[in-house]
Amino acid sequence: MKTDLIINKKTYTVEVQKDTPLLWVIRDIVGLTGTKFGCGVSQCGACSILLNGKLVKSCSTLVSEVAGKQIFTIEGTSENLEFLRQAWNAGNVPQCGYCQSGQLIAATSLLDKIEKPTDEDIDAVMSANICRCGTYSRIRKAIHKAVALKNKTL
Amino acid sequence: MSKIQQINRRDFVKLFGLASGGIILGCNTTTVEKKFKPTISKDYFEPNLFIQIEKNGNITLIASRSEMGQGIRTSLASAIADELEADWDYISVKQAIGHEKYGNQNTDGSRSVRTKLEPMRKMGATAKLMLITAAAQKWNVAESVCKAENHHIINTQTNEKIFYGDLVENASQLEIPDEKTVQLKKVGDFKYIGKTLKSVDLKDFTHGTATYGIDVRIPNMKFAAVARCPVTFGTVKSFQKNNAEKVAGVENIIQIDRLKPPTGKFFGMLGGVAVIANNTWAAFQGKLALDIKWNKGENETFNSEEFKKTLTDRVHQVGKLVPGSHGNVNSAFKKAQQTIEATYHVPFLAHAPMEVPNATAWYQKDKIEVWAPVQDPQTARSELAHFFQIPVENITVNVTFLGGGFGRKSKSDFVVEAVAISKEIKAPVQVVWTREDDIQHSFYHATSTQYLKGGLDKNSKVTGWLQRVGFPSIVSSFKPLSDYASGFELGQGFTKNPYELQNFRLENVKAEANLRIGWLRSVVHIHSGFGINSFVDELAFAAKKDAVQFHLELIGKDRIIKGKSNYPYNSKRLKAVLNQTAKMANWGKKLPQNHGLGVAIHYSFYSYVATIVEVSVKNKNVKVENVWTTIDCGLALNKDNIKNQLEGATLFGMSLAMYGKISTENGAVEQHNFFDYQMTRIKDAPNIEIHIMDKMEEPPTGVGEPGVPVIAPAICNAIFNATGKRVRSLPLVDQGFA
Repeated sequence: MKTDLIINKKTYTVEVQKDTPLLWVIRDIVGLTGTKFGCGVSQCGACSILLNGKLVKSCSTLVSEVAGKQIFTIEGTSENLEFLRQAWNAGNVPQCGYCQSGQLIAATSLLDKIEKPTDEDIDAVMSANICRCGTYSRIRKAIHKAVALKNKTL
Repeated sequence: MSKIQQINRRDFVKLFGLASGGIILGCNTTTVEKKFKPTISKDYFEPNLFIQIEKNGNITLIASRSEMGQGIRTSLASAIADELEADWDYISVKQAIGHEKYGNQNTDGSRSVRTKLEPMRKMGATAKLMLITAAAQKWNVAESVCKAENHHIINTQTNEKIFYGDLVENASQLEIPDEKTVQLKKVGDFKYIGKTLKSVDLKDFTHGTATYGIDVRIPNMKFAAVARCPVTFGTVKSFQKNNAEKVAGVENIIQIDRLKPPTGKFFGMLGGVAVIANNTWAAFQGKLALDIKWNKGENETFNSEEFKKTLTDRVHQVGKLVPGSHGNVNSAFKKAQQTIEATYHVPFLAHAPMEVPNATAWYQKDKIEVWAPVQDPQTARSELAHFFQIPVENITVNVTFLGGGFGRKSKSDFVVEAVAISKEIKAPVQVVWTREDDIQHSFYHATSTQYLKGGLDKNSKVTGWLQRVGFPSIVSSFKPLSDYASGFELGQGFTKNPYELQNFRLENVKAEANLRIGWLRSVVHIHSGFGINSFVDELAFAAKKDAVQFHLELIGKDRIIKGKSNYPYNSKRLKAVLNQTAKMANWGKKLPQNHGLGVAIHYSFYSYVATIVEVSVKNKNVKVENVWTTIDCGLALNKDNIKNQLEGATLFGMSLAMYGKISTENGAVEQHNFFDYQMTRIKDAPNIEIHIMDKMEEPPTGVGEPGVPVIAPAICNAIFNATGKRVRSLPLVDQGFA
């Protein structure tokens, strides 16, 4: 099928099978490779994106479900994502970096929903994302730090 | 030989695509060379590491080791920048291709900093000296009145200063100075070494712009997935491709036969049926739609549960005596007040790096180019030359970022696959493994079983120590029918036992390999660390002694044991990390109900580590609450990176302790994906406190791996402390814990 995808506010027209997972359309057809493949079955969160602001796993979202919806990936920018990036830098969070696209997108969705998340809020959302390098304690600290950075600016 | 030489600039630029117009230094380093002799050659020199200083002041460093999360690009860059008195903001790092001119590029064994730090410092120091000479000539003053500071040379008499970039033209005309005139900085003068520097790749990591193997895109490339026999080394009997061909996007389906490595080297590839498509998903779907009949071969009878029983039986009988045993354990046991026996087991494990194995290859008539996340690009290159009969100089291996490696990406089977497919379809192709492929066709960390027996005298001192071990050898992947663990494997914590034991006997029992065996982060130290630390805890309990005190007594008096390496074992340093950790953990403190503390120590990759874990256990739900770790890794190059590595090692150890198990039935791996080969997640991540011993005068030793072997035994010892239940067989979920 021919469909228009709105990714980070830009429209891409693609010709794909309607049952193709969005992940592979973004990576192989549109060519934005920041969104990662990790498991293919919604187990690791590496492919996390925001769909109309809602956190979803793009490996398990069919391209036919997203027409006309706003797709937000790690290549995009938003106020919360920028504070998170700053905090990720300050905390020197990544090791191999591969899962961090998904971690940052998941954290963005968390801050979009909850202004000042508790550790429990962080656990609830971020436990969907695996980091094999084990940067969890830095991710947790960086989310709190992003909130602090944002409050300082406001 | 270690040399710094100026490189023919045109060739350099051609090879590495760097901007021209600057000083370029190369340094050839091998681990054997002792002397550093800068020389000048007009000839083309193919060096190991590079500095390029451009006229705008930018400095580019070529990283010869693969970046897989251990921070090596930053660590090595910081060493050179420090000696060069460079401003960190001007530093960037470019990844080397796979080529023997760089010396050993095999990124494993926690040895990049250990073997490369000094050559890198010398490169920086030499470049600095040349900049000083250039400035002195410009000012027409003695070099001794000039000093380097923050990307400038300063005239100490006039306070004039010149920017590095403005010295490039003059400096590049100079001869490279004799080594004797190159002085390295004193520890107290370090600007970056021993401090904390953030990763040079942070921006790319946080914007999705770092290129991993799986992100490589070249014009007209295809995507491929390979169906491999569920049983190791099984072959294709026949296959139906009609349904696969119907999958939209599938373009081609071909059989690729196993490439068997010659004895002693390389990894080959498993072979199977490859589905080539215009996107990854179509290739995956096409693969699922294949109907393949397999010749499963001799490994079909392999059941890991039965093998566990076999190994257990074997370690309960006399095995082969391992050199290094000493004294007489039988007589010690006869005289002992009490003897303690225990048998420990660790299953097969898979690395499961977040980025699955993948490679992009383009086979053209007389040359091959690949782009791949490889830990050992030179072996990949040699291997391709061997299997495809292309001269090695016509093979280019571009090293991408690795989305985790942990030893899996040391083996280049996935690269060979990509080239084999590209050759057949006459087009560039990216092979991507599914997570299921990764879990089911790995080079597994070997399963192990070990039996320990210890004798305690009436003062509860250990008088005899017998240890029998059995695990399939890594050597089996290079030399079939290698049925006993090899000497280098036993050297990882078994023969180099850190304790002072009068009577020590180590035996090795037979263990056949029916899966491909490889190395995984900290390798055999996972077995030795688990068995030895669990057993010492059992001995301490039997002796009614405090576990930390018992370890300290067993380590014994201060002693230095020189081996073949330049890194002698120093018992004092091991005791020091243990004492430090005990202090951090407030060992001996009163614990809340259901809480327990467990301790483990381990010496590996020449580093000393001690860890104490605090767990709470409620209704068999284990929560790792706190982890305190101390490392003595000699000179600590980048402190925050070392902490990050040890935090990561904690989580790696927790995953394997809690969940790590690859099992087989009828030769096929039973696990599939992260739902049945689980990883520890953020909700279960403990508080972690890391302490790095201040040993700046000592040479640097391993960091990436030494933090792993202590975690599983410390957790199990803590569980015993909390519950009285001893876990001798991993993973914890198999013992009813959650």
